[in-house]
Amino acid sequence: MTDSFPASILAAFAALGRPVIGVFAMIGRIATFAVTALLRAVTPPFYPARFAAQLMEIGWYSLPVVGLTAIFTGSALAQQIYTGGSRFDASSTVPAIVVFGMVRELGPVLVGLMVAGRVASAMAAELGTMRVTEQLDALATLRTDAFRYLIVPRMAAAVIALPVMVLIANSIGIMGGFLLAIYKLGFNAASYLATTRKFLQADDIWMAVIKAAVFGFIIGLMGCYNGSRTAGGAAGVGKATTDAVVSAFILILFSDLIITLVAIR
Amino acid sequence: MAEIVRGAPKIKLTEVVKRFGDNSVLDGVNLSVEPGESVAIIGGSGTGKSVTLKCILGLLRPDSGSITVDGTEVVGVGSREMSRIRTKFGMLFQGGALFDSMPVWRNVTFGLTQGRMTDAAQMRRIAEENLERVGLKRDILNLRPNELSGGMQKRVALARAIAPRPEIIFFDEPTTGLDPIRADMINDLITSLVEDLGVTALTITHDMVSARKIANRVAMLYNGRIIWHGPRDRLYDSGNPYVDQFVQGRADGPIR
Repeated sequence: MTDSFPASILAAFAALGRPVIGVFAMIGRIATFAVTALLRAVTPPFYPARFAAQLMEIGWYSLPVVGLTAIFTGSALAQQIYTGGSRFDASSTVPAIVVFGMVRELGPVLVGLMVAGRVASAMAAELGTMRVTEQLDALATLRTDAFRYLIVPRMAAAVIALPVMVLIANSIGIMGGFLLAIYKLGFNAASYLATTRKFLQADDIWMAVIKAAVFGFIIGLMGCYNGSRTAGGAAGVGKATTDAVVSAFILILFSDLIITLVAIR
Repeated sequence: MAEIVRGAPKIKLTEVVKRFGDNSVLDGVNLSVEPGESVAIIGGSGTGKSVTLKCILGLLRPDSGSITVDGTEVVGVGSREMSRIRTKFGMLFQGGALFDSMPVWRNVTFGLTQGRMTDAAQMRRIAEENLERVGLKRDILNLRPNELSGGMQKRVALARAIAPRPEIIFFDEPTTGLDPIRADMINDLITSLVEDLGVTALTITHDMVSARKIANRVAMLYNGRIIWHGPRDRLYDSGNPYVDQFVQGRADGPIR
């Protein structure tokens, strides 16, 4: 059978097939990893102290970065809408679009990306270093499940912390827009706030929370998956860290689009 | 190579094969270790010594073959069963593999607490006892592993391995990276632990001085197979050209 095909054609198919198989194999490994983490998350032993420590690390210590991102973005958004809107006499829509854009889109996405940069990289670097220095093997020989001890607390903390941080970021972002509108663009504070409240819908907040939880899951999964698969010393740790951040970024932006499309359908 | 069977072996490997991709690291390893015996596996870098230990511990899964511990098959068992079997084992990793995020005393007692925050006062006392056994004092209890010298890290790692009172201890290159005097201290410690605690020891090393000091029996791993094993006194007149070349450290010979 193979004799009837010239070797070069077979080689071309092989060259095409290999990366395709590779991608599917990777998706399978990540899915297996995620399912394992979910199953171990609901069976003892539990490590509440580790979970609390990760909540501090992922949530509390990310707040300065998240807060700064939100206030700058909210203010810039208000200015852009004002400038863009004034071209067709629609500058009064500033509060409405700030609240809409911040809560539904910019808050979750920017918090997701900032936390992914800060936390997915740290998770991958820490677990990766533990892998290459045999600390993960040591953990197993000391009869401690790395999933329950290291990975579940990180992933659970990311899923819980992200929605809270997004709500905080949304508030700060709206406040940033408000401050710029009042002090620079000359809006009336009372009517700006009234419009903001009118356009702040429960559905939008739910969408922000759901997006944030999904992004948190992606951050935890990509950080832990890439970290625990690290091979090849210091260079391997560097690669795992880069892979964790890049894959988390892409998956966050992709899932943001999917959630947005599904919700608006 | 014929097996030496004397009663029930503590550990028995039969035709163990482990491949990574196309690279066959273990190619039919046969080895048995008797209770209370101290066996050293010698062999060059990359000959699969660490892989052998990791297969026994269930950290790697062999592609074929059988590994029994006290007569119980360990290849392919579930994670809970493996965890139960691992209560028999302690392992000293090559680089120590101490958890750098926690102080010495939590490291030493990790095999007892599994990372839970149980009774700190009692755990510190247990840590102190085990540190004393490896010749370290209580003043390092609160230090982090990175604040210790390489030799001290190794001894803390040894204290961690013996704290749960295992029946079998694996030593992965116990003297690598230490100066000759510190290496000899580790050798003495291992010898005394094996004798005092009555444990079965399996050491992988390419340090001939160490192998001769701590092992009753030596096996040589080459090309994924045990090509020779015998009592340590026979190491230098094994009659095997591969072993001769290795123990004498010659560049020319059958091993290239």
